[in-house]
Amino acid sequence: MMDILITDRRLEPVKEKVLAGARLDADDGLLLFASNDLAGIGGLAHYARTKRHGNRAFFVHNRHVNYTNVCVNRCLFCAYSRDAADKGAYTFSMEQVREIAMAPENRRVKEFHVVGGLNPALPFDYYIDLLRTIKEARPDATIKAFTAVEIDFISKAAGLSISETLARLKDAGLEMVPGGGAEVMSDRVRQKLFPRKIPADRWLEVVEAVHAAGLTSNGTMLYGHIETLEERVNHFLKIRELQDRTGGFSAFIPLAFHSENSRLPNIPPTVAFDDLKMIAVARLMLDNVDHIKAYWVMIGEKLAQVALWFGADDLDGTIIEERITHTAGARSAKGLTRTEMRRFIESAGFEAVERDSFYRPVNGSDQEGGR
Amino acid sequence: MNSLEYVCKKVAEGERLNTDDALCLYEKADLPTLGQLASHRRWAVKPEPVVTYVVDRNINYTNVCVSGCRFCAFHVRPGDKGGYVISKEELKRKLDETVALGGTQVLLQGGMNPDLDVDFYLDLLRFIKETAPIHIHGFSPPEISWLAGRAGLSVEELLRQMIDAGLDSVPGGGAEILDDEVRRRISPGKCDTATWLNVMETAHGLGLRSSATMMFGHVETPSQMFSHMIAIRDLQDRTGGFTAFIPWSFQPGNTKIDVPVASPCSYLRVVALSRIMLDNFQNIQASWVTQGDKISQAALAFGANDMGSTMIEENVVAAAGIRYRLPREEIVRLIETAGFHAAQRDCFYRILHYD
Repeated sequence: MMDILITDRRLEPVKEKVLAGARLDADDGLLLFASNDLAGIGGLAHYARTKRHGNRAFFVHNRHVNYTNVCVNRCLFCAYSRDAADKGAYTFSMEQVREIAMAPENRRVKEFHVVGGLNPALPFDYYIDLLRTIKEARPDATIKAFTAVEIDFISKAAGLSISETLARLKDAGLEMVPGGGAEVMSDRVRQKLFPRKIPADRWLEVVEAVHAAGLTSNGTMLYGHIETLEERVNHFLKIRELQDRTGGFSAFIPLAFHSENSRLPNIPPTVAFDDLKMIAVARLMLDNVDHIKAYWVMIGEKLAQVALWFGADDLDGTIIEERITHTAGARSAKGLTRTEMRRFIESAGFEAVERDSFYRPVNGSDQEGGR
Repeated sequence: MNSLEYVCKKVAEGERLNTDDALCLYEKADLPTLGQLASHRRWAVKPEPVVTYVVDRNINYTNVCVSGCRFCAFHVRPGDKGGYVISKEELKRKLDETVALGGTQVLLQGGMNPDLDVDFYLDLLRFIKETAPIHIHGFSPPEISWLAGRAGLSVEELLRQMIDAGLDSVPGGGAEILDDEVRRRISPGKCDTATWLNVMETAHGLGLRSSATMMFGHVETPSQMFSHMIAIRDLQDRTGGFTAFIPWSFQPGNTKIDVPVASPCSYLRVVALSRIMLDNFQNIQASWVTQGDKISQAALAFGANDMGSTMIEENVVAAAGIRYRLPREEIVRLIETAGFHAAQRDCFYRILHYD
């Protein structure tokens, strides 16, 4: 292996730790964020990434289903949510869900990513029906559904404990849980931006229950708004601590904040230095999480390719129809084909591996060239 | 082939690289390593944490061109619909706007239009100087050599007349890849490698500074790309007249060359290799016009120390379907959020003021 040439001398002790496979602490994380030696940081993250995944980079043939945009939380950073009476408020009927699942372009989808708002009009049976409808329509696809925030809300609609709720959802077809709703695990930020959403401790509790139920989940952090670097590092530590106990996190996904149409319109978009540092520091701090995703919807297709050299090993998926970030002004495509995903990864210099939800390689032909 | 370790050591010790060394880095070094080597060179050459930009506009005085380059989506053949030559009214309007926006220069470039003679060019220069107190960065070597040939003038004589009329410096366009085999394939109507270099050497000899460019990601091989860099480096050794090197990737939209666009990773590799190879250049420019805000900012970690122009107006890349907009405030924000001080510069890379 080539020596990693660090321009910022302050990072030398961090480099020693990374090369020795030692765990980084909060101060190391802060040093990394404070440094602008981006190529040096990238080299450290690439080292850690290569140790786990060699030259492989993953993607999944997935489809997003946002079943409702009605949400009682109305977080300030969200451009997607509506009140029930608002124009443009919607909730998918089971007919609509079936139609989406059965659409020809979703014929070979391997994963449905199902998330929505906290809609008080929906009974517990709605969620059960939602899972069953998708499972019936596409029995070969994995259903990854409901963030910890939704699971907490659904359990209240059900009048059941979290673990009982999860057992019922599993029976209906739930196989994995997405990582959303963590935002930034800080009471300060929560008070300002998402006071009605469950606090960090509850998010962690629900995710721990998810893992205990034998389901894997992702972890996320929404960055690029009002959070401090300390808050980011603290968030990493919380995820890492839970992962030490459960091992249930499959991937960590930094989510770049988009302000358009939100109630924080004056916050400028994240820049490449920030996006790449988030990916790299996530890789370096989260030494017990296997996969770090570069979410191309939020950072753009081009930077997501570059991020594969800064610690990321996964470009998420085809998505097909992204609504949430595009409502907030994302300029990326709304969806990509499998062929495009493969080309992005290969032209960045990596071996593309199409995976299922559990990172098992999928041996499908690309003949149709479609989604 | 050389070992990667050997070449990295050469770079770290500030030794000059040859084509084999460059190929070794190109084939074997990972992207962060290239960024580290390029950053190492950048800090050795430019120790101040400053990234510059210039406020200017492109003025394309005509789009009529006989050259017929296969990579160009901008030109119109003589006699075809849509051809134009800029009017003085239009020119004045553009100049006034540029000055009003704090612009310090215009980049004057156009097609090889057989209806225009030397007097047109001299008149154009004089008119600009009479109208606005502005630096004229004008006419790439293909335009100059073509015009000199038609007028029966030597390049030197033509340049002398242009300098008298107001020309201040020469942009490095039309270099594409300085390899005649490549040029025959993509731009057979344009001047050859020796002519391009000769125009620049002559210009430098007359006291004109110039930039140098490279358009990659079409039909060239990596070693042709590195020959290009070495030809430029050799000339810089002789004249010291180049201010900056500007690599950008070919944008295939609306052109006659059917290749996929170079990946952003390739772009960053080439920026880094430019910094590493061109050890006698002070400035390497990032191209937000072709790469967008995110990748051009990332280029600052790969050896670039200049964000180029605010581009009040740009037409040529836009004709290939690529339209990024980046106001001055946003360029400053990109520079500052990458940890540098932002500074507006002039055409000679002298700092005018810090933001």
